[in-house]
Amino acid sequence: MSFQESQLEVSEPIDPKITPTGLIAGQSPTQLALGRFRRDRLSMISFWIVVFYFLAGIVSPILVKVGVSKPLANDQKLLNIDLGGVPNGAWGGTSWHHLLGVEPRTGTDFLSRLSYGITFSLTIAISATIVAVVIGVVLGIISGFSGGWVDAIIGRFIDMTLSFPQTLMLLALSATGVALFAKILPGDTSDAIPNGVYEVLVLGLFGWPSIARLIRGQVLSIREREFIDAARLSGASRRRIYFKEILPNLWAPVLVQFTLIMPAYVSAEAALSFLGVGIPVPTPTLGNILGDSVNFSGSDFSYFFYPALLLAIIVVSFNLLGDGLRDALDPKGDR
Amino acid sequence: MSELAHAATQLDVTAPPILTVQDLQMYFPVKYHGIFQRTIGHVQAVDGVSFEVPKGGSLGLVGESGCGKSTTGRLITRLYEPTDGEINFDGRNIAHLSQRELLPLRREIQMIFQDPATSLNPRHTVGAIVAAPLLIHKVVPKNKVLPRVQELLEVVGLNPEHYNRYPHEFSGGQRQRIGIARSLTLQPKLLVADEPVSALDVSIQAQVINLLQDVQREFGIGFLFIAHDLAIVRHFCPEIAVMYLGKIVEIADRETLYNHPHHPYTQALLSAVPDVKQAAIGGRRERIRLEGDVPSPINPPSGCRFRTRCSMAQEICSKVEPPLLQVGSRHKVACHFPGELGQAPQRPVTTAICGVDDQGNAVSGATADIQLNAPGYDTTWLDLKTGQRTGA
Ligand SMILES: Nc1ncnc2c1ncn2[C@@H]1O[C@H](COP(=O)(O)OP(=O)(O)OP(=O)(O)O)[C@@H](O)[C@H]1O
Ligand code: SF4
Ligand SMILES: [Mg+2]
Repeated sequence: MSFQESQLEVSEPIDPKITPTGLIAGQSPTQLALGRFRRDRLSMISFWIVVFYFLAGIVSPILVKVGVSKPLANDQKLLNIDLGGVPNGAWGGTSWHHLLGVEPRTGTDFLSRLSYGITFSLTIAISATIVAVVIGVVLGIISGFSGGWVDAIIGRFIDMTLSFPQTLMLLALSATGVALFAKILPGDTSDAIPNGVYEVLVLGLFGWPSIARLIRGQVLSIREREFIDAARLSGASRRRIYFKEILPNLWAPVLVQFTLIMPAYVSAEAALSFLGVGIPVPTPTLGNILGDSVNFSGSDFSYFFYPALLLAIIVVSFNLLGDGLRDALDPKGDR
Repeated sequence: MSELAHAATQLDVTAPPILTVQDLQMYFPVKYHGIFQRTIGHVQAVDGVSFEVPKGGSLGLVGESGCGKSTTGRLITRLYEPTDGEINFDGRNIAHLSQRELLPLRREIQMIFQDPATSLNPRHTVGAIVAAPLLIHKVVPKNKVLPRVQELLEVVGLNPEHYNRYPHEFSGGQRQRIGIARSLTLQPKLLVADEPVSALDVSIQAQVINLLQDVQREFGIGFLFIAHDLAIVRHFCPEIAVMYLGKIVEIADRETLYNHPHHPYTQALLSAVPDVKQAAIGGRRERIRLEGDVPSPINPPSGCRFRTRCSMAQEICSKVEPPLLQVGSRHKVACHFPGELGQAPQRPVTTAICGVDDQGNAVSGATADIQLNAPGYDTTWLDLKTGQRTGA
């Protein structure tokens, strides 16, 4: 590029109020991504389904509090004791009072139990996701930014965690872990809180490595950018660089990871319920309802059908949402 | 701002140095990544560089891509720690200070980056970007931060009301102004400008250079102005150093360097610059083509590093490294055959100093007789016409 000396001689007046070139710069990357996301039908549908689940999860405990929904009430009159507690009537005893029928053995309104179950299932999944994402993001940033031996140690740690037989450990340590939490938290070993906390922690502690790896890769490219040098030159501490300079540039992959890991944890909760780990009855979760329905597989199909359907819908919607977000945020698809 | 404000910056020979760099060296290890990591070589990015930047003055640092200009700048701002050498800032060697010790110095030495697209955090507002140094160093009370930010935006010619916008809402030239505002926030004494305009449109380059000149005059900041092209620094820097493959090959005041360059590399660089004045008087500068590629800094040529591309290279050039020899009151050149284009001496002028014969073979008993590679200038120098040492 040749540079015209004469241009230097002329002092071009600088307009002190130069306005940002809104027209040229146009929309920000975020706005563009949102636009792409909105144009995708499937993503939008799954987004609204997910919103609906979240609303259900939030509203159910309120309904329980005010007494509209009674997920723990017993009503033996609705059951056929001779058949082992199967509800009277077709489709699990569906009636105007009990739109989805009642639960076998207890006669509790099934809609109440299912909606309350969504609350607990989502709480478990979200909490475990938060644990995994927080650990993964923090270690990923440190690993990618520091490099050297810190990176090597975290890398080995990731390999170790990934090669660990986690389901086995989850089962093996279950009794000890729950007992421990029962000591420091309210409730005893058969209550929701100690069991839930144990499940959340163990799921989360095994979920972070993939996130850490992904974040590390992103940080490797971010740290080469000059604004990181500028931050160093202004005297920014490491912590400030991690969380004020780098982290805000990571929200897109973090969001995508969040939506992709959550459905995995929803299914994991269900699978673990079969194995007897997690929140036990009478507190409902989609997982423990489904687990119990196996006992009535021959006699009460709707007892199995509704929770399975709810579970399938949320897992699929969340996955579609995550895929849609990823495509919208990263149109080049460089993964 | 009047026209006069942007006349070429003049040299003030009495100004004391704010920065003195001596024998600065940066070797990046080249690692072999196998089962066991080991170092298999070094990128000699900067190898024994010495110069001075006067208080409130500016030194230009020019050279082709990969010659070590940015590395030099990053050493001075202490983004890197040098392998060897001294960086004396305001009389204190900062070459090996720890990050903690550097913290107070960060206020005094700042940098303007080459690429305004990556030097601003896309997730921060302009206000946050300019305010960050203020907040980190707690130089003003919290409620004074915004007024100060707006003042700085005004200084660099941006609308102070736009502090709430994000970098992507600005054009390239405006973003570079934001970067300049950030570098001025802490009122530094020294600014390293690493090719501050080479990412900008030609029409905008002049505006930004004028702005830099304004802030230099207003705040008395010393500048190390890095460029890959001699035309850009000409206006801004009364003194210019030319780098090649990690070494300074010629350093001189503007008039000498542009009108009487003595190093073949400087001559080649200059022949690529369109010269308005010469064109006006009808003279044409002969165009010298630089042949071949820049050799690898991992394994640079022996002797003179420029010899693989120099049309005048002789035997001595491959054997003996030419010292940076002072040949005028403010003129040093590192070449065995220094001279203006077409007037190079037949015999190497450096034999006595290096203690070798014309072919570059060592002469027993001879030693180098002057201190070489010191920053700044001596009061006496080698007069190439007479071959004697003279003084002012
Ligand atoms: N961090 C690093 N690790 C290894 N080698 C490096 C590093 N930084 C720079 N180098 C090498 O050092 C040499 C000098 O690089 P430097 O960036 O200083 O050149 P430059 O003169 O600024 O070039 P440009 O005009 O392209 O910016 C190059 O060969 C480069 O590959
Ligand atoms: S020392 Fe020799 S090779 Fe180097 S620039 Fe001078 S003449 Fe050319
Ligand atoms: Mg550079």
